[in-house]
Amino acid sequence: MGVLPEVFVRITPMDPDKGRPDPKPYILKVQDNGPGVDPKYVPQAFGRVFFGSKFKLKQARGMFGMGGTMSILYGQITTNRPVKVVSATGEGKAYKFEMRIDIRNNTPVIMSKETIPAEGVTGTSIELALQGDFFRASSKIQEYFKQTAVVTPYANIVLIDALGRQFFYERATNAMPAPPKVTKPHPYGTDVEALRRLLQDAKEDTLSKFMCKNFHRLGDNITRRFLEFAGLKEELNPKSLTNRQIVSLVDALHRYDGFLKPDASCLSPLGKEILEAGIKKELQPEFVATSIRPPSAYSGFPFVVEVSVAYGGKVLPSGITLYRFANRIPLLYDEGSDISWKVVGQDIDWKHYNVRPEAPVGIITHVCSTKIPYKTVGKEYLADRPELERELKNAVRDALRRLKIYLSRKGSIAMVQRKMGIYEKYFPLIARFVTDLADEKELPNYQGLLRKKGEVVEKEKVEVVPSVVKKKEKVSEAERQTTFEEFG
Amino acid sequence: MKLKGKQHSRSLASSRKEDVQKLLKELGQSIYRKMNEGVFPDVVIPRRSVRNMVYDEVLKQYVLGESSVTRSSQNIKHIRPFTHLVWLAFFVDKLLENGKTSTLRDVYYSAQAYNVEFKDQPESDDIITDLEARFSRPRENFSIYPEERSAIFGDVTIEYTVPGYEGKKLNLASHPDGYLIGPSLSTAELVETSAEMVIAVEKGGLFTRFVEEKVHDKYKAIIIDTAGQPPRSTRFMLKRLNRELGLPVYILTDGDVYGEHIAMVIVSGSANAAHLRDLTVPSGKWIGVWGSDIVRYKLPSIPLTDHDFKRLHELKKDPRYRKGIWRKELDVFLKIKRKSELEAFAKYGLTAIVDKYLPEKLEAAKSL
Repeated sequence: MGVLPEVFVRITPMDPDKGRPDPKPYILKVQDNGPGVDPKYVPQAFGRVFFGSKFKLKQARGMFGMGGTMSILYGQITTNRPVKVVSATGEGKAYKFEMRIDIRNNTPVIMSKETIPAEGVTGTSIELALQGDFFRASSKIQEYFKQTAVVTPYANIVLIDALGRQFFYERATNAMPAPPKVTKPHPYGTDVEALRRLLQDAKEDTLSKFMCKNFHRLGDNITRRFLEFAGLKEELNPKSLTNRQIVSLVDALHRYDGFLKPDASCLSPLGKEILEAGIKKELQPEFVATSIRPPSAYSGFPFVVEVSVAYGGKVLPSGITLYRFANRIPLLYDEGSDISWKVVGQDIDWKHYNVRPEAPVGIITHVCSTKIPYKTVGKEYLADRPELERELKNAVRDALRRLKIYLSRKGSIAMVQRKMGIYEKYFPLIARFVTDLADEKELPNYQGLLRKKGEVVEKEKVEVVPSVVKKKEKVSEAERQTTFEEFG
Repeated sequence: MKLKGKQHSRSLASSRKEDVQKLLKELGQSIYRKMNEGVFPDVVIPRRSVRNMVYDEVLKQYVLGESSVTRSSQNIKHIRPFTHLVWLAFFVDKLLENGKTSTLRDVYYSAQAYNVEFKDQPESDDIITDLEARFSRPRENFSIYPEERSAIFGDVTIEYTVPGYEGKKLNLASHPDGYLIGPSLSTAELVETSAEMVIAVEKGGLFTRFVEEKVHDKYKAIIIDTAGQPPRSTRFMLKRLNRELGLPVYILTDGDVYGEHIAMVIVSGSANAAHLRDLTVPSGKWIGVWGSDIVRYKLPSIPLTDHDFKRLHELKKDPRYRKGIWRKELDVFLKIKRKSELEAFAKYGLTAIVDKYLPEKLEAAKSL
């Protein structure tokens, strides 16, 4: 059980003169309640680009660990100010660093370091100055936090923006997704550079042992058959491989079709409960359905697709709104180029699910992978990989089928209410007119008729639902078939 | 001719009212009882579709067949018209009770006061026809009248039964423009007359000419302007003059298929009123203008239009047009392919139609 996250973010204009137009320098402070960073790693972690190793594979927010240091670097370039890092690892004190990056040598330059008391707290705080256009970015910043809150309902997040407005995204669940396990690279996903690094660090004396030890789901048998296929001797010393051999080995790794599919223990999908907790909290829909697809893989990289469909409520606007996430990061730009957009806009026949075009519907897609197939370095949208498209499509359809049932149930309840409303309107009128016509004094007992009618109408309603469920199961069977074949 | 059938007519207005109120009360009681017993009430109404219309050789009019529709309060699609029908029964009962009359349009608006709005007037008109069919009574019996436009002139004395005029008498020859055949005239008793016939003419212009030329004196006739296709109250009046006072009815129309059909409706009713009786004058005689009159009197004429031909072929299929003058003249129209109006006689002078044509046609009518 990990620590429930508390994240604090503040953006403050550096210049007290509020009238100064954007872009201008701002101070960005980000603080968490994590375990802190061991003070001996702080300079390297925050003062050097490309620190850390990411060639062990697991689901992570970034690929190379560049985001943080690039921000610091950008701040330094635009404002010439040092970054302040405070780290508390829980020993009663915190270490406060002021430092810069020596850009030419890619090394940290510590300007000051002090120890301050910090009883009973852990965490990391970073404060940096950077040039920015808050006026234009403001709505995207808010959107980013709001969407982040959707996929991290187990975190408390506070944002104080440059106008002093405070946004509090409150924790809605104490459940956290299981952390991903580190996994070895799968042969299909290995490139020449990765293999060269693995070979450099190899401690095994034969190629066969090296393969078994360093690759995902490779046992003796598969290794033997593969090396035969690749035309390389099992006894070869890994360190003795020539450049040409390395290239041909990678080539063989990609061509050989006898490898097992990667497993998904290295992934950390949110799961139905957490995802729905976040959606309910931020989007407040009247209905939500979630479909978690079984793990699948593209090019040796495992991935899991999770899709929720949210309907109605006060937050969702009319029409279909797409919320895209990749490894819990909201994707805010280039929606139209994203594979999810294609699925939602082209592959799905909305009429089939009785969703009217103006209905307030939110489609939340979350793709987890050790390597998200971003199409560009901007990491804003996912490429149309057929495996990914298939999983997204199946997940969206699965969730929509449940929405369809909900809508038909809701429709039938509305139908009952509408029907009864009609009887409740007319029976008293009939009673009144005939009482007068018949020269009677008291109204006839029409309530009994209304009760009778109510029972009949209620029965009609119940009859509607099973037929829909039946149809759904039939389709699911076909969908299951395709999944099965894929993993066969 | 005096007091002919007076005994019969004396009780007509009040008996008509009692008759309808009794039917309404029975309907109300039956629904009231069913509701109390926990049974969904319904109303059975003869089906008014064309497929359920048959020509009755004895009655010499169209009547509705055996088929009927059931409006059940249990059916969500029926509950609204069912309620409307019950409301209408209630509303008619109130009209009769208070001696008030209303029009189709009044009914449409009146519903709004009772929270049973009609979506448009055709919907309310339809419910009125349903009630007519349910009781086989014309809406005039329910005190619902059309907008009046037809008129009557001649020596006949009536006695009002409408509130405020009860017992008051009027001679219908007192005013040269004639009298509107409205609710008060329709419910009046026919007291006495010296007339020996009724002449119904299709057009107001000719009606005025007949009054000017003293047709009522010359022929001892009551003159009625049907103003085109006669409204039901007018057909009902014609029927009463025929049955209660024993006067023969002669009909003069334009010389075309539409005119011929006006005469036919007076004689044997319309398909629209197949659910009703007592609106026909089976002994009525159409005396012109015939197709053969156009030839005989060399009347100015114009060619039949496509529309006329279409109507002509429709009427040929109607069993009422299978024999006699009806069939003969349809065939003449088809042969000469021309039509004339009553006014065409003006070619021979304004009074020619009264002096020459009318006596000849009345003479000819004897052999019909």
